[in-house]
Amino acid sequence: MKIKSLEDLEKIKEEGLKNLSGRQGKKRGRITVAMGTCGISAGAKDTLMTIIDELDKNGIDDIAVVQSGCMGLCEVEPTVEVQIGDQEPVIYGNVGIEEAKRIVKEHVIGGRILGDLLVKKSAQ
Amino acid sequence: MENQTLTDPKFAELDEFIDNLPDKKGMLIGVLHKAQEIFGYLPAEVQHHIAQKLDIPESTVFGVVTFYSFFTMKPRGKYQIKVCLGTACYVKGGQKISDRVKEELGVTGDEPTSDGLFSVQEVRCLGACSMAPVMLVGERDFYGRLTPDKIPQIIESYRRKENKK
Amino acid sequence: MPLENTILICAGGGCISAGEISVKEALENEIKKYALDGVVKVVETGCMDACSLGPLMVIYPEGVFYQKLKPSDAKEIVEEHLLKGRVVQRLLYKGPSGEIKPRATEEIPFFTRQVRIATRNLGVIDPASIEEYIARDGYFALRKALSMTPEMVIEEIKKSGLRGRGGAGFPTGLKWELTRKSKSDEKYLICNADEGDPGAFMDRSMMEGDPHSLLEGMAIGGYAIGAHQGYIYVRAEYPLAIERLKIAIKQAREYGLLGKDIFGSGFDFDVDLRIGAGAFVCGEETALIQSVEGKRGQPVQKPPYPAQSGLWKKPTVINNVETLVDVPYIINKGWEAFASIGTEKSKGTKVFALVGKVNNTGLVEVPMGTTLRELIFDIGGGIPGGKRFKAVQTGGPSGGCIPEEYLDTPIDYESLTSLGTIMGSGGMIVMDEDTCMVDVARFFLQFTADESCGKCTPCREGTRKMLSILDKIVEGNGTMEDIERLETLAVTIKDTALCGLGQTAPNPVLSTLRYFRDEYEAHVKEKRCPAKSCKALIAYRIDPAKCTGCTACARACPTGAITGEVRKVHTIDQEKCIKCGSCFEVCRFDAVEKLDAVEVTADT
Ligand SMILES: Cc1cc2nc3c(=O)[nH]c(=O)nc-3n(C[C@H](O)[C@H](O)[C@H](O)COP(=O)(O)O)c2cc1C
Ligand code: SF4
Ligand code: SF4
Ligand code: FES
Repeated sequence: MKIKSLEDLEKIKEEGLKNLSGRQGKKRGRITVAMGTCGISAGAKDTLMTIIDELDKNGIDDIAVVQSGCMGLCEVEPTVEVQIGDQEPVIYGNVGIEEAKRIVKEHVIGGRILGDLLVKKSAQ
Repeated sequence: MENQTLTDPKFAELDEFIDNLPDKKGMLIGVLHKAQEIFGYLPAEVQHHIAQKLDIPESTVFGVVTFYSFFTMKPRGKYQIKVCLGTACYVKGGQKISDRVKEELGVTGDEPTSDGLFSVQEVRCLGACSMAPVMLVGERDFYGRLTPDKIPQIIESYRRKENKK
Repeated sequence: MPLENTILICAGGGCISAGEISVKEALENEIKKYALDGVVKVVETGCMDACSLGPLMVIYPEGVFYQKLKPSDAKEIVEEHLLKGRVVQRLLYKGPSGEIKPRATEEIPFFTRQVRIATRNLGVIDPASIEEYIARDGYFALRKALSMTPEMVIEEIKKSGLRGRGGAGFPTGLKWELTRKSKSDEKYLICNADEGDPGAFMDRSMMEGDPHSLLEGMAIGGYAIGAHQGYIYVRAEYPLAIERLKIAIKQAREYGLLGKDIFGSGFDFDVDLRIGAGAFVCGEETALIQSVEGKRGQPVQKPPYPAQSGLWKKPTVINNVETLVDVPYIINKGWEAFASIGTEKSKGTKVFALVGKVNNTGLVEVPMGTTLRELIFDIGGGIPGGKRFKAVQTGGPSGGCIPEEYLDTPIDYESLTSLGTIMGSGGMIVMDEDTCMVDVARFFLQFTADESCGKCTPCREGTRKMLSILDKIVEGNGTMEDIERLETLAVTIKDTALCGLGQTAPNPVLSTLRYFRDEYEAHVKEKRCPAKSCKALIAYRIDPAKCTGCTACARACPTGAITGEVRKVHTIDQEKCIKCGSCFEVCRFDAVEKLDAVEVTADT
């Protein structure tokens, strides 16, 4: 499709906004792994794979897993943002394989924020 | 020579890339990147071939290859280890990382190890300065926040991967 | 109490030793007393990494952050905060300077001091999704620009005060206007994504995390100057940025946001990538043009400037990544929004890569005019390990080092120049007491000597000469005349080199000589490296009173220089020692000392 007008653009914006809030389709949330070069050098690939694996293992298919660029928090990379339903997004830092497993188990499944990994509550 | 280039699949791959360029103007550097990706390095016969294919003097090709540090006329190890010595890595001890890698591999400069598996290159900034000191193995495997004692383990992991094959 | 509160209380090592268990107990007792145990949850967490403030807690959902708690504080927190919803001011997190400031974790300076324009989408959107970019008002600026005349677009950029973020700070609107006015059938726009400063990664992060912002900025620039083709010249060292840009270009073409007749306006514009090949000089604009043409990247004499005769001898604009990424913001929000931020002559924000010896390394975007101290200490969290700040280096190999006494300088183009450095592209390398300033100068000269393209003699030979003098000094063989010769050489190179690389190459030496002359003199006169960093001037020794004979150092030593029996005092053979420092790092009893070599030779 070619975008030719403001209306076309607005339509796509609407779709995109659903994506960003993690509620496109029948999804109820979104986990974002910062995958810039810095994140990757701190092990973000393993983090991403672990999250996907753990969600799979637990039969969870209503959480979108996406990658983003560097949030600027390189010191605590790998960083992961979790946004579920209408809750405020939460950013976790230093998320290695073990931490990624805990995030799925405790936050996604258990609904509890992991205070020890918390960096910041909202991305904005 | 001509016949060999026609039958060698590597040359065929390069030719296909060149033939598919929408415009050859100014594409020498792009072609050299592709050639180095295919051959691993840029020996004289590859340069000769490119010069003919793009219809430019061989000396021009040679001049460009030698000007840019990314291009090499010598073969490199299967896993090329790039140790960053950019400013951020330097002040955080990048030189010690490089020394340790070389010691571990038993090399002194950028020559490949005797098994051809590794070669080391000291580079300027890999763009992961916040993770300093940093090194890159191959194209994609970044290691950040390094200390010299982490090096043997990392190198060993590649050796093991090779042995499994 | 409709809503449940969650209290996170840290149980990291630092906090437990400061009495955390009893704070938690006291808190739980109070909560029980008011029968809140059903609605308030106390969760023990690991370390929140702020141990000096411990014990601490965060109360959700508000995210209020309390520090330095005592068991006696529990009652007040429960009665005031949980029951009445009133924040207990006296326990709030305090900034380093002691004034009560932030409340919530969101208000900690690393976040609050930043103003995100160029990095507005970083970490927020999926860089591989054009829809998410559009959701954040992406490509609305392009659409708006196309409804304006090119002259109006240029006027908007001029009024915003945007200056080039690639180093020199040339006004972007003016550069565009000059190129617009050059008569030609073809024009080009090139984005300089060579990011040559070793220690900077702002441009990489923007391309990796938000590639469409760059494409949109380029399309707007192309429209303004009358170009139909743009190139992004990216370093080969950035494979991920290249991959993300390729995806973004493909998506933009599919939606018709690049290509023919964009938004039905009749304007055509496309973007292609050109990959660099590892030559720092190619960041210089005339060399960059040579390289985009596929040639050796050697600078050529200016004038003519690229605005008249650039790529393929056609008028060409070259802009840095961050400059172009700022453009859609300015068009969308209007020039006032941008011009209202910053200082009189330097408008808007600047992204810095804060690296080196600083606690919060990372990418930060602050308004122009923010002081170095705010950047390094408030946002950067200061120097790790209780070490002393020594200097901050800006501008890469073309810049200089700024010492402590100028930390309150506001960051803008002119102030930095007056301190003997430059804004550069935004690399900010923090150095502490362990960094030797002579060695830093040597490091940069090594860099420029390696990277000199060799075209002109002052740069090619001059940098080599300066390097060999610096080598001599760090090895302890320098003389006072050497320092003078460094200064004369520096002036000659600055005055006679052809391009910016050579003209600025002496800056790291001049600025360290200006502020740290005593370090040079210590190397020369006393054969001593004050930072204890230059190998030739230091020695390691084991303090017999502290050595427990644990053998850790002997096992770590690569040359077998350390001998000693188990549980007996170990000693270092100075002849065999290569000063790698491994023993110093592994000894858990601080028995290995780093000393001035003169001292050790004197007493052995
Ligand atoms: C040796 C040298 C290296 C440079 N490297 C870069 C670079 O890596 N990135 C950059 O944007 N500008 C670099 N510049 C500045 C460019 O020549 C040019 O001024 C800039 O890209 C213009 O864009 P701007 O007006 O948007 O800042 C360099 C200049 C010199 C002399
Ligand atoms: S100043 Fe140096 S880099 Fe610039 S043209 Fe001369 S030799 Fe080349
Ligand atoms: S500095 Fe290195 S070489 Fe010297 S004694 Fe210590 S470990 Fe051995
Ligand atoms: S200085 Fe090493 S990655 Fe930038």
